[in-house]
Amino acid sequence: MSVLTTRISRIKFGILSPDEIRKMSVTTVVTTDVYDNDGLPIDGGVLDRRMGAIEPGETCPVCGNTRDSCPGHFGHIELAKPVIHVSFVKYILMYLKATCESCGRIKIPENERQEYLKLLRDLEELGLTYLKKRFHEYIRKRATSTSTCPHCGFQSRKIKLERPYTFYIQSETELRKLTPSEIRERLEKIPDEDVILLGGDPKSARPEWMVLTVLPVPPRTVRPSITLETGIRSEDDLTHKLVDIVRVNNRLREHIESGAPRAIIEEEWELLQYHVATYIDNEVSGIPVARHRSGKVLKGIAQRLKGKEGRFRGDLRGKRVDFSARTVVSPDPSLSINEVGVPEEIAKILTVPERVTPWNIDFLRKLVLNGPEKWPGANYVIRPDGRKISLKYVDRKAVAESLEPGFIVERHLLDGDIVLFNRQPSLHRISVMAHVVRVLPYKTLRLNPLVCPPYNADFDGDEMNLHVPQGEEARAEARILMLVEKHILTPRYGGPIIGGLQDYISGAYLLTVKSTVLTKDKAATLLSVTGYKGGLPEPAILKPREYWTGKQLVSLFLPKDFSYKRNTKIGSASALRCIDEDCPHDSLIIVKKGILLEGVLDKVSIGREEPESLMHWLIKDYGEDFGRTFMDRVYKMFVRMCEIYGFTMSYDHLVLSREARSSIDNLIKEELKEVEELIQLYREGKLTPRPGKTLEESLEDEIIDALSKKLLDRVADVITQHFKLDNPVVIMARTGARGNPVNLTQMSGILGQQTVRGKRLTRGFKGRMLPHFKPGDIGAEARGFIKAGFVNGLNPVEMFFHAAAGREGLIDTAVRTSQSGYMQRRLINALQDLRVFYDGTVRVANGEIVQLLYGEDGVDPMKSDHGKAVNIDRIIEKLLA
Amino acid sequence: MEGEINILEHELVPKHEIVPPSEAVELLKKLGIEPWQLPWISADDPVAKAIGAKPGDIIRIIRKSPTAGEFVAYRYVVVEVTKKS
Repeated sequence: MSVLTTRISRIKFGILSPDEIRKMSVTTVVTTDVYDNDGLPIDGGVLDRRMGAIEPGETCPVCGNTRDSCPGHFGHIELAKPVIHVSFVKYILMYLKATCESCGRIKIPENERQEYLKLLRDLEELGLTYLKKRFHEYIRKRATSTSTCPHCGFQSRKIKLERPYTFYIQSETELRKLTPSEIRERLEKIPDEDVILLGGDPKSARPEWMVLTVLPVPPRTVRPSITLETGIRSEDDLTHKLVDIVRVNNRLREHIESGAPRAIIEEEWELLQYHVATYIDNEVSGIPVARHRSGKVLKGIAQRLKGKEGRFRGDLRGKRVDFSARTVVSPDPSLSINEVGVPEEIAKILTVPERVTPWNIDFLRKLVLNGPEKWPGANYVIRPDGRKISLKYVDRKAVAESLEPGFIVERHLLDGDIVLFNRQPSLHRISVMAHVVRVLPYKTLRLNPLVCPPYNADFDGDEMNLHVPQGEEARAEARILMLVEKHILTPRYGGPIIGGLQDYISGAYLLTVKSTVLTKDKAATLLSVTGYKGGLPEPAILKPREYWTGKQLVSLFLPKDFSYKRNTKIGSASALRCIDEDCPHDSLIIVKKGILLEGVLDKVSIGREEPESLMHWLIKDYGEDFGRTFMDRVYKMFVRMCEIYGFTMSYDHLVLSREARSSIDNLIKEELKEVEELIQLYREGKLTPRPGKTLEESLEDEIIDALSKKLLDRVADVITQHFKLDNPVVIMARTGARGNPVNLTQMSGILGQQTVRGKRLTRGFKGRMLPHFKPGDIGAEARGFIKAGFVNGLNPVEMFFHAAAGREGLIDTAVRTSQSGYMQRRLINALQDLRVFYDGTVRVANGEIVQLLYGEDGVDPMKSDHGKAVNIDRIIEKLLA
Repeated sequence: MEGEINILEHELVPKHEIVPPSEAVELLKKLGIEPWQLPWISADDPVAKAIGAKPGDIIRIIRKSPTAGEFVAYRYVVVEVTKKS
């Protein structure tokens, strides 16, 4: 491969002049007929053979090349009358407004004009492009705001633009339409110097070129026709559009030549303008979009280039790769967190190039013998001379024999290989991490459920991508920088992003709660899933039988010099809070010298995205590798505990006792009565309005306060008394495994007031939400109050109210994701080139300083404690222990 | 306008001062940059005017920072960027 040594120093954009269009054209397109009777392209048609060879075996009559090397050639259409280029109307308007109607010169006095020209030249020389741009804006504003021409004294009339492409000139009496010919004449009159003053470039973009007199016809390669199986040709949208343009153009010319009435000519002219406009851009507002006969919207030139799927973002900047795989993901907790389960079928297709050496030659021979069909095999052998041999069709025995050091074998993916694993949207650096391959049966990619949070993956059908690095450097980089354990701590604030969730947390609680005692059998079962090899510790209870506690088992895995003290999640409820070590609820975790003395493990200590948790300190003090092994081993024990316990929940766990239910019913009755009184007061006009609110608003506020906040709190109090920490639903809510106390009240208590945008439900029928109520009923039930909890069941009306309120949340998420996605795109675009240099400064690519010290304190948030460089409390705690 | 307030005394305006040329040279040498590579401040910025900074000067801004307590930033004074003629 030759290395390109010349560099592009600059790119200049301009407008094609009619001369240029004619010069680069190889043919004039004059006829609407495309093919003759033999099905061959007609000369002078839109698919004229001179515009490039596209059929196999065809030789281009212009350059003599075949399809593969003919670059394609432009043709052109001579327009009978000029038309405006839709993309330039903005500039045409500016030029018309800034220059004199009579003499065509810029409406700025001569002496100032000279001065401005000199200033502009100076700015150009100094390279102050931004200032130059601002200066042009200023000149334009000055010129457009003058109406009398300082050169010839002519009083210019106002120009109006009716989008997309019709210009009008306003005299005292009437509004007259300007034809494109007239506009072109006026633009022609503008002197080159004045074009420069207005920010144009007379050499490559004379203003009159914005009005088309000649239309370039792109080469055939740009708009290839497709032959369907039936043998019918289907032409490209642009070809269709060009035929339309030629047809109207010919008709217009005939009319002019035959001296048709002006009205008819103008009508055809307008039609030509429409066709040329939609050919260029078929999404211009103000005119109907051009369609196929089938009703499908045609694609204009602008549509090919614009937007996400367009030529720029979709093709030129789009990247696609080899050596990648994509399927559905599913969980496998028996994998390590840095592993990924790859189906054998995929492992047989993805390959890693391995160079033959005296040390691996026997191994690679075996792989070559196995070939592409049998799993630990190989697909290709590359000989030192660069020849690539596919193992599919050759005598593999011979190839294996001929293998010598220096050959490269493209072998199948094997256990222990490193791959990149990714889930879209890739918003994070942790959306792509390196995993170690484990080839497994079945057809899904598998990952440890603990690494779901960084990818934001779940298993409801999510698909993920896998990439195999092919070079030594790439593999080394992946292993050193991108491996999962290097990303347990998030660069956002330094806390662990990978951590327990759901069953891991319930399991951790069940294992470490005081009431759990384990027989030798169970303790051994639990330890066996971790791969623990040492002996059992002294049992905590000796008589009448030997029992071990879960805390003892967890302590086996803690480093012997580790100390930790923190409140638990269950301790966040006031009833279970403890302040000092004398804690009856076990809600204070105390680890001393590597022994879990007190406290249960729950979300705060082992959960994900929990800064300053047990996991966080373990990783900070003993390293990421220790963190990974801890997660691999101990977390497995938590899940096993869930299985041993038989953790489950059912309807019965949510049903309240009769007394509790009746006391809740009483509470509801009380509150409803209060609401009725409020409404009564309002009806009588005795309600005192809240400051800044109308009477109606005050009533609504009072009712919402009464029915949602106050009532729910009181119901929650009743329910908390009823539900104890032996109830699995409560365990999940209190430990943070799943759900929260509010969900508990909603399930077994009441759902309460449903709201949309913080207001009671009102919309629907006239004066009522549903036909079940009387018009004007503003009582609790009529406006979305739900008395029942999920356990009691909802009646149809309540169900409808609940769905109405639930929909709001769905809409919010849909809107939020699209908006934040767009914001992310813009932010990354703006910030992607910023870099922290070795001296700590943040700079742009050209060395301009953005910040003298990164973050003003030079702290790497990933290695910080919540943004702080040191956590003094933690240091003191460690020293005291 | 009568009774003009001194913006430099406002609590939201951090301390600005002109860096003496000798110090400025040293600073630029330390950072290994040309003056234009510093962030810019317009000469008609109210504070720049108030402390009498001229284009070409370097201003030192000492301000409170939520992460570092106090932070020193530098600005290179340039001809007014916003207004023209």
